[in-house]
Amino acid sequence: MKKVIEKYPLGAVVLLLPFWIILYIGLQPLADAFVSLTNLPPGEHITEALRFFVFEVPKVLMLLTLVVFGVGIVRSYFSPERTRKILGGKSLLAGNVLASLLGVVTPFCSCSAIPLFLGFVESGIPLGVTFSFLIAAPMINEVALVLLFGLFGWKTALLYMSTGLLIAMIAGYVIGRLTLEKYVEPWVYEVKAGHFEMVEEKILFSQRIIAGIDAVKEIVAKVWIYIVIGIAVGAGIHGYVPENFMASIMGKSAWWSVPLAVIIGVPMYSNAAGIIPIVQALLEKGASLGTVLAFMMSVIGLSLPETIILKKVLKIQLILIFVGVVAVGIVVVGYVFNLIY
Amino acid sequence: MIIKVLGSGCMNCKTLESRVIEALRELQMDAAVEKVQDYQQIASYGIMHTPGLVIDEKVAVAGFVPTVEKLKEILIAHRST
Repeated sequence: MKKVIEKYPLGAVVLLLPFWIILYIGLQPLADAFVSLTNLPPGEHITEALRFFVFEVPKVLMLLTLVVFGVGIVRSYFSPERTRKILGGKSLLAGNVLASLLGVVTPFCSCSAIPLFLGFVESGIPLGVTFSFLIAAPMINEVALVLLFGLFGWKTALLYMSTGLLIAMIAGYVIGRLTLEKYVEPWVYEVKAGHFEMVEEKILFSQRIIAGIDAVKEIVAKVWIYIVIGIAVGAGIHGYVPENFMASIMGKSAWWSVPLAVIIGVPMYSNAAGIIPIVQALLEKGASLGTVLAFMMSVIGLSLPETIILKKVLKIQLILIFVGVVAVGIVVVGYVFNLIY
Repeated sequence: MIIKVLGSGCMNCKTLESRVIEALRELQMDAAVEKVQDYQQIASYGIMHTPGLVIDEKVAVAGFVPTVEKLKEILIAHRST
Protein backbone atom coordinates (compact mmCIF):
# COMPACT_ATOMS: atom_id res chain seq x y z
CA MET A 1 0.00 0.00 0.00
CA LYS A 2 2.69 2.45 1.05
CA LYS A 3 4.87 1.56 -1.91
CA VAL A 4 1.95 2.04 -4.30
CA ILE A 5 1.16 5.48 -2.87
CA GLU A 6 4.77 6.51 -3.15
CA LYS A 7 4.94 5.38 -6.72
CA TYR A 8 1.64 6.76 -7.92
CA PRO A 9 0.72 9.47 -5.38
CA LEU A 10 -1.64 11.36 -7.65
CA GLY A 11 -3.46 8.22 -8.74
CA ALA A 12 -3.83 7.02 -5.16
CA VAL A 13 -5.39 10.32 -4.10
CA VAL A 14 -7.79 10.36 -7.05
CA LEU A 15 -8.87 6.80 -6.23
CA LEU A 16 -9.19 7.29 -2.49
CA LEU A 17 -11.16 10.54 -2.62
CA PRO A 18 -14.52 9.10 -3.83
CA PHE A 19 -14.17 6.37 -1.20
CA TRP A 20 -13.70 9.05 1.43
CA ILE A 21 -16.80 10.93 0.25
CA ILE A 22 -19.01 7.83 0.25
CA LEU A 23 -17.88 6.85 3.73
CA TYR A 24 -18.41 10.41 4.99
CA ILE A 25 -21.96 10.54 3.66
CA GLY A 26 -22.65 7.12 5.13
CA LEU A 27 -21.47 7.99 8.63
CA GLN A 28 -24.82 9.12 10.05
CA PRO A 29 -26.79 6.00 8.99
CA LEU A 30 -23.89 3.82 10.08
CA ALA A 31 -23.77 5.48 13.50
CA ASP A 32 -27.57 5.15 13.86
CA ALA A 33 -27.39 1.49 12.87
CA PHE A 34 -24.65 0.91 15.41
CA VAL A 35 -26.65 2.59 18.18
CA SER A 36 -29.79 0.61 17.39
CA LEU A 37 -27.75 -2.61 17.55
CA THR A 38 -27.00 -1.93 21.20
CA ASN A 39 -30.75 -2.12 21.99
CA LEU A 40 -30.55 0.94 24.19
CA PRO A 41 -33.83 2.82 24.50
CA PRO A 42 -33.82 5.83 22.13
CA GLY A 43 -33.99 9.24 23.77
CA GLU A 44 -32.25 8.12 26.95
CA HIS A 45 -29.15 10.03 28.11
CA ILE A 46 -26.78 7.14 27.55
CA THR A 47 -28.13 6.45 24.05
CA GLU A 48 -27.80 10.05 22.93
CA ALA A 49 -24.32 10.34 24.40
CA LEU A 50 -23.27 7.16 22.58
CA ARG A 51 -24.83 8.32 19.31
CA PHE A 52 -22.97 11.61 19.58
CA PHE A 53 -19.69 9.81 20.23
CA VAL A 54 -19.86 7.17 17.50
CA PHE A 55 -20.88 9.77 14.94
CA GLU A 56 -18.54 12.62 15.85
CA VAL A 57 -15.30 10.69 16.34
CA PRO A 58 -15.05 9.19 12.84
CA LYS A 59 -16.48 12.34 11.29
CA VAL A 60 -13.91 14.64 12.86
CA LEU A 61 -11.04 12.23 12.21
CA MET A 62 -12.02 11.92 8.55
CA LEU A 63 -12.31 15.68 8.12
CA LEU A 64 -9.01 16.13 9.89
CA THR A 65 -7.24 13.67 7.61
CA LEU A 66 -8.52 15.42 4.51
CA VAL A 67 -7.72 18.93 5.67
CA VAL A 68 -4.31 18.12 7.12
CA PHE A 69 -3.48 16.46 3.83
CA GLY A 70 -4.53 19.56 1.89
CA VAL A 71 -2.71 21.89 4.27
CA GLY A 72 0.39 19.69 4.02
CA ILE A 73 0.41 20.25 0.28
CA VAL A 74 -0.15 24.01 0.63
CA ARG A 75 2.62 24.27 3.24
CA SER A 76 5.08 22.56 0.95
CA TYR A 77 4.98 25.82 -1.03
CA PHE A 78 5.95 27.88 2.01
CA SER A 79 8.93 27.81 4.30
CA PRO A 80 9.96 30.19 7.08
CA GLU A 81 12.88 31.25 4.90
CA ARG A 82 10.58 32.18 2.06
CA THR A 83 8.17 33.92 4.42
CA ARG A 84 11.03 35.97 5.75
CA LYS A 85 11.96 36.98 2.25
CA ILE A 86 8.39 38.07 1.52
CA LEU A 87 8.17 40.09 4.72
CA GLY A 88 11.52 41.83 4.33
CA GLY A 89 11.26 45.55 3.68
CA LYS A 90 7.49 45.76 4.16
CA SER A 91 6.11 48.79 5.96
CA LEU A 92 4.40 48.35 9.30
CA LEU A 93 0.74 48.08 8.39
CA ALA A 94 1.17 46.11 5.18
CA GLY A 95 3.69 43.94 6.98
CA ASN A 96 1.23 43.18 9.78
CA VAL A 97 -1.47 42.12 7.35
CA LEU A 98 0.89 39.98 5.33
CA ALA A 99 2.58 38.43 8.38
CA SER A 100 -0.78 37.38 9.85
CA LEU A 101 -1.82 35.73 6.60
CA LEU A 102 1.54 34.00 6.21
CA GLY A 103 1.28 32.85 9.82
CA VAL A 104 -1.64 30.67 8.77
CA VAL A 105 0.12 28.89 5.90
CA THR A 106 3.75 28.76 7.00
CA PRO A 107 4.68 25.56 8.82
CA PHE A 108 5.22 26.44 12.46
CA CYS A 109 5.63 24.70 15.76
CA SER A 110 6.17 26.45 19.05
CA CYS A 111 9.54 24.73 19.47
CA SER A 112 10.73 26.68 16.42
CA ALA A 113 9.49 30.00 17.78
CA ILE A 114 12.95 31.19 18.86
CA PRO A 115 14.96 30.44 15.71
CA LEU A 116 12.13 31.98 13.75
CA PHE A 117 12.08 35.07 15.94
CA LEU A 118 15.86 35.45 15.63
CA GLY A 119 15.69 34.96 11.89
CA PHE A 120 13.01 37.62 11.49
CA VAL A 121 14.69 40.18 13.73
CA GLU A 122 18.07 39.56 12.18
CA SER A 123 16.85 40.30 8.70
CA GLY A 124 15.33 43.56 9.87
CA ILE A 125 11.65 42.65 9.98
CA PRO A 126 10.00 45.04 12.48
CA LEU A 127 9.05 43.68 15.90
CA GLY A 128 5.34 44.38 15.38
CA VAL A 129 5.30 42.44 12.13
CA THR A 130 7.11 39.53 13.77
CA PHE A 131 4.46 39.50 16.49
CA SER A 132 1.63 39.43 13.97
CA PHE A 133 3.16 36.22 12.68
CA LEU A 134 3.71 34.76 16.13
CA ILE A 135 0.09 35.45 17.12
CA ALA A 136 -1.55 34.14 13.95
CA ALA A 137 0.56 31.00 13.57
CA PRO A 138 -0.59 29.09 16.65
CA MET A 139 -4.07 30.63 16.90
CA ILE A 140 -5.25 29.77 13.42
CA ASN A 141 -4.25 26.22 12.78
CA GLU A 142 -5.77 23.55 10.63
CA VAL A 143 -6.83 21.35 13.54
CA ALA A 144 -8.82 24.18 15.11
CA LEU A 145 -10.46 25.06 11.80
CA VAL A 146 -11.45 21.46 11.06
CA LEU A 147 -13.00 20.97 14.46
CA LEU A 148 -14.87 24.25 14.25
CA PHE A 149 -16.13 23.38 10.80
CA GLY A 150 -17.07 19.84 11.76
CA LEU A 151 -18.77 20.63 15.05
CA PHE A 152 -20.13 24.17 14.57
CA GLY A 153 -20.38 24.64 10.82
CA TRP A 154 -18.54 26.78 8.32
CA LYS A 155 -19.81 30.12 9.59
CA THR A 156 -18.17 29.72 12.97
CA ALA A 157 -14.97 28.41 11.40
CA LEU A 158 -14.82 31.45 9.13
CA LEU A 159 -15.63 33.74 12.03
CA TYR A 160 -12.86 32.27 14.11
CA MET A 161 -10.37 32.59 11.30
CA SER A 162 -11.22 36.16 10.38
CA THR A 163 -11.35 37.47 13.93
CA GLY A 164 -8.13 35.60 14.74
CA LEU A 165 -6.46 37.27 11.76
CA LEU A 166 -7.79 40.64 12.82
CA ILE A 167 -6.42 40.24 16.34
CA ALA A 168 -3.02 39.21 14.97
CA MET A 169 -2.91 42.22 12.63
CA ILE A 170 -4.06 44.79 15.17
CA ALA A 171 -2.10 43.44 18.14
CA GLY A 172 1.06 43.27 16.01
CA TYR A 173 0.46 46.82 14.79
CA VAL A 174 -0.07 48.11 18.34
CA ILE A 175 3.10 46.38 19.57
CA GLY A 176 4.96 47.86 16.60
CA ARG A 177 3.76 51.39 17.37
CA LEU A 178 4.77 51.11 21.03
CA THR A 179 8.45 50.76 19.99
CA LEU A 180 9.35 48.08 22.46
CA GLU A 181 12.67 47.07 20.94
CA LYS A 182 14.35 47.93 24.25
CA TYR A 183 12.57 44.99 25.85
CA VAL A 184 14.17 42.48 23.53
CA GLU A 185 17.21 40.77 25.04
CA PRO A 186 20.24 42.68 23.70
CA TRP A 187 22.06 39.58 22.46
CA VAL A 188 19.29 39.04 19.92
CA TYR A 189 20.50 42.04 17.94
CA GLU A 190 24.06 40.76 17.97
CA VAL A 191 23.25 37.49 16.28
CA LYS A 192 24.93 37.34 12.95
CA ALA A 193 23.09 34.71 11.07
CA GLY A 194 24.94 33.02 8.32
CA HIS A 195 22.88 33.16 5.17
CA PHE A 196 23.04 29.79 3.68
CA GLU A 197 21.18 29.43 0.45
CA MET A 198 18.68 26.65 0.78
CA VAL A 199 18.99 24.75 -2.42
CA GLU A 200 15.57 25.39 -3.84
CA GLU A 201 15.09 22.09 -5.50
CA LYS A 202 12.44 21.77 -8.10
CA ILE A 203 9.77 19.91 -6.18
CA LEU A 204 7.54 17.63 -8.19
CA PHE A 205 3.84 17.67 -7.47
CA SER A 206 4.01 14.02 -6.47
CA GLN A 207 6.51 15.00 -3.77
CA ARG A 208 4.06 17.58 -2.49
CA ILE A 209 1.43 14.87 -2.23
CA ILE A 210 3.86 12.81 -0.21
CA ALA A 211 4.42 15.88 1.97
CA GLY A 212 0.65 15.92 2.50
CA ILE A 213 0.62 12.26 3.46
CA ASP A 214 3.51 12.83 5.87
CA ALA A 215 1.62 15.71 7.47
CA VAL A 216 -1.38 13.42 7.99
CA LYS A 217 0.79 10.76 9.61
CA GLU A 218 2.46 13.23 11.90
CA ILE A 219 -0.49 15.37 12.96
CA VAL A 220 -3.25 12.78 13.10
CA ALA A 221 -0.99 10.45 15.10
CA LYS A 222 -0.38 13.27 17.54
CA VAL A 223 -3.89 14.61 18.07
CA TRP A 224 -6.32 11.71 17.59
CA ILE A 225 -6.27 10.74 21.24
CA TYR A 226 -7.15 14.30 22.33
CA ILE A 227 -9.99 14.33 19.86
CA VAL A 228 -11.38 11.05 21.17
CA ILE A 229 -11.13 12.20 24.80
CA GLY A 230 -12.52 15.64 23.95
CA ILE A 231 -15.49 14.15 22.12
CA ALA A 232 -16.07 11.63 24.93
CA VAL A 233 -16.29 14.48 27.45
CA GLY A 234 -18.43 16.41 24.98
CA ALA A 235 -20.71 13.39 24.58
CA GLY A 236 -21.09 13.19 28.35
CA ILE A 237 -22.08 16.85 28.53
CA HIS A 238 -24.34 16.40 25.51
CA GLY A 239 -26.19 13.50 27.09
CA TYR A 240 -26.28 14.43 30.75
CA VAL A 241 -25.99 18.14 31.42
CA PRO A 242 -29.44 19.75 31.38
CA GLU A 243 -30.38 22.30 28.69
CA ASN A 244 -29.50 25.89 29.56
CA PHE A 245 -27.34 24.79 32.44
CA MET A 246 -24.51 26.97 31.16
CA ALA A 247 -26.69 29.97 30.39
CA SER A 248 -26.25 31.57 33.80
CA ILE A 249 -22.46 31.06 33.88
CA MET A 250 -21.41 31.47 30.27
CA GLY A 251 -24.49 33.11 28.83
CA LYS A 252 -24.90 36.55 27.33
CA SER A 253 -26.49 38.10 30.37
CA ALA A 254 -23.43 37.40 32.47
CA TRP A 255 -21.27 40.37 31.37
CA TRP A 256 -18.25 39.13 33.29
CA SER A 257 -18.22 35.81 31.50
CA VAL A 258 -16.01 37.00 28.62
CA PRO A 259 -13.08 38.36 30.66
CA LEU A 260 -13.40 35.42 33.03
CA ALA A 261 -13.24 32.96 30.14
CA VAL A 262 -10.05 34.66 28.92
CA ILE A 263 -8.47 34.72 32.38
CA ILE A 264 -9.14 31.01 32.77
CA GLY A 265 -8.15 30.28 29.19
CA VAL A 266 -4.75 31.99 29.02
CA PRO A 267 -2.84 29.80 31.48
CA MET A 268 -4.69 26.72 30.34
CA TYR A 269 -2.76 24.71 27.90
CA SER A 270 -4.55 22.34 25.64
CA ASN A 271 -4.43 21.89 21.96
CA ALA A 272 -7.39 22.70 19.81
CA ALA A 273 -8.18 19.01 19.44
CA GLY A 274 -9.04 18.51 23.10
CA ILE A 275 -10.80 21.76 23.86
CA ILE A 276 -13.15 22.33 20.94
CA PRO A 277 -15.43 19.27 21.35
CA ILE A 278 -15.95 20.22 25.00
CA VAL A 279 -16.65 23.80 24.10
CA GLN A 280 -19.18 22.73 21.49
CA ALA A 281 -21.13 20.80 24.09
CA LEU A 282 -21.09 23.84 26.38
CA LEU A 283 -22.46 26.01 23.61
CA GLU A 284 -25.32 23.58 23.18
CA LYS A 285 -26.18 23.95 26.84
CA GLY A 286 -26.65 27.69 26.68
CA ALA A 287 -23.17 29.21 26.71
CA SER A 288 -23.00 32.17 24.33
CA LEU A 289 -20.89 32.14 21.17
CA GLY A 290 -18.77 35.17 22.08
CA THR A 291 -17.79 33.75 25.43
CA VAL A 292 -17.02 30.38 23.90
CA LEU A 293 -14.95 31.92 21.08
CA ALA A 294 -13.00 34.02 23.59
CA PHE A 295 -12.29 30.98 25.70
CA MET A 296 -11.12 28.94 22.72
CA MET A 297 -8.88 31.69 21.38
CA SER A 298 -7.21 32.29 24.69
CA VAL A 299 -6.56 28.58 25.23
CA ILE A 300 -5.23 27.95 21.72
CA GLY A 301 -3.64 31.29 20.86
CA LEU A 302 -1.89 32.13 24.10
CA SER A 303 -0.13 29.24 25.67
CA LEU A 304 2.07 29.22 28.72
CA PRO A 305 4.79 26.96 27.25
CA GLU A 306 5.19 29.27 24.26
CA THR A 307 5.49 32.37 26.44
CA ILE A 308 8.08 30.58 28.59
CA ILE A 309 10.07 29.76 25.47
CA LEU A 310 9.89 33.41 24.38
CA LYS A 311 11.34 34.47 27.72
CA LYS A 312 14.76 33.53 26.31
CA VAL A 313 14.61 36.39 23.81
CA LEU A 314 12.15 38.84 25.35
CA LYS A 315 12.17 40.69 28.63
CA ILE A 316 9.25 40.08 30.93
CA GLN A 317 7.74 43.54 30.21
CA LEU A 318 7.40 42.73 26.54
CA ILE A 319 5.91 39.31 27.24
CA LEU A 320 3.33 40.90 29.53
CA ILE A 321 2.48 43.54 26.95
CA PHE A 322 2.20 40.85 24.27
CA VAL A 323 -0.12 38.68 26.38
CA GLY A 324 -2.05 41.76 27.52
CA VAL A 325 -2.64 43.16 24.03
CA VAL A 326 -3.76 39.81 22.65
CA ALA A 327 -5.98 39.12 25.67
CA VAL A 328 -7.68 42.51 25.29
CA GLY A 329 -8.23 41.77 21.60
CA ILE A 330 -9.85 38.45 22.46
CA VAL A 331 -12.10 40.05 25.09
CA VAL A 332 -13.26 42.64 22.53
CA VAL A 333 -14.03 39.87 20.03
CA GLY A 334 -15.99 38.01 22.70
CA TYR A 335 -18.14 41.03 23.52
CA VAL A 336 -18.73 41.88 19.88
CA PHE A 337 -20.04 38.38 19.19
CA ASN A 338 -22.21 38.35 22.26
CA LEU A 339 -23.72 41.60 21.01
CA ILE A 340 -24.31 40.40 17.45
CA TYR A 341 -25.75 36.99 18.21
CA MET B 1 33.09 14.17 9.10
CA ILE B 2 31.45 16.22 11.85
CA ILE B 3 27.69 16.11 12.12
CA LYS B 4 25.72 18.56 14.21
CA VAL B 5 22.10 18.18 15.18
CA LEU B 6 20.56 21.59 15.81
CA GLY B 7 17.58 21.91 18.08
CA SER B 8 16.52 22.86 21.55
CA GLY B 9 15.68 19.41 22.78
CA CYS B 10 12.21 19.02 21.33
CA MET B 11 10.83 15.69 20.19
CA ASN B 12 11.83 16.15 16.56
CA CYS B 13 15.45 16.87 17.42
CA LYS B 14 15.77 13.67 19.42
CA THR B 15 14.21 11.68 16.62
CA LEU B 16 16.59 13.26 14.12
CA GLU B 17 19.60 12.46 16.28
CA SER B 18 18.68 8.80 16.71
CA ARG B 19 17.97 8.46 12.98
CA VAL B 20 21.33 9.99 12.10
CA ILE B 21 23.06 7.48 14.36
CA GLU B 22 21.02 4.70 12.83
CA ALA B 23 21.87 5.80 9.29
CA LEU B 24 25.57 6.03 10.14
CA ARG B 25 25.51 2.55 11.58
CA GLU B 26 23.78 1.09 8.56
CA LEU B 27 26.29 2.77 6.27
CA GLN B 28 29.13 1.76 8.58
CA MET B 29 30.36 5.32 8.49
CA ASP B 30 32.31 6.94 11.23
CA ALA B 31 31.41 10.44 12.27
CA ALA B 32 31.19 12.57 15.35
CA VAL B 33 27.60 13.50 16.16
CA GLU B 34 27.20 16.63 18.24
CA LYS B 35 24.14 18.28 19.65
CA VAL B 36 23.78 22.05 19.36
CA GLN B 37 21.14 23.45 21.69
CA ASP B 38 22.25 27.05 22.01
CA TYR B 39 19.89 29.37 20.14
CA GLN B 40 22.61 31.82 19.23
CA GLN B 41 24.59 29.07 17.57
CA ILE B 42 21.55 27.61 15.88
CA ALA B 43 20.71 31.02 14.46
CA SER B 44 24.27 31.49 13.27
CA TYR B 45 23.65 28.76 10.72
CA GLY B 46 20.77 30.80 9.36
CA ILE B 47 18.09 28.20 9.90
CA MET B 48 14.72 29.32 11.24
CA HIS B 49 13.13 26.03 11.61
CA THR B 50 14.35 23.26 13.89
CA PRO B 51 15.47 20.53 13.74
CA GLY B 52 18.51 21.19 11.62
CA LEU B 53 21.31 18.97 10.46
CA VAL B 54 24.72 20.39 9.71
CA ILE B 55 27.38 18.26 8.07
CA ASP B 56 30.89 19.70 8.05
CA GLU B 57 29.48 23.19 8.68
CA LYS B 58 27.04 22.94 5.79
CA VAL B 59 23.30 22.96 6.43
CA ALA B 60 21.90 19.74 5.04
CA VAL B 61 18.43 19.63 6.55
CA ALA B 62 16.25 22.34 8.07
CA GLY B 63 12.78 22.06 9.48
CA PHE B 64 11.87 18.43 9.06
CA VAL B 65 12.93 14.96 10.11
CA PRO B 66 13.97 12.90 7.11
CA THR B 67 13.62 9.14 7.07
CA VAL B 68 16.66 6.98 7.74
CA GLU B 69 16.74 6.16 4.01
CA LYS B 70 16.80 9.83 3.06
CA LEU B 71 19.49 10.52 5.65
CA LYS B 72 21.63 7.80 4.15
CA GLU B 73 21.37 9.49 0.75
CA ILE B 74 22.33 12.83 2.28
CA LEU B 75 25.29 11.30 4.09
CA ILE B 76 26.54 9.52 0.99
CA ALA B 77 26.19 12.70 -1.08
CA HIS B 78 28.25 14.60 1.48
CA ARG B 79 30.90 11.94 1.68
CA SER B 80 31.57 12.04 -2.03
CA THR B 81 32.06 15.83 -2.10
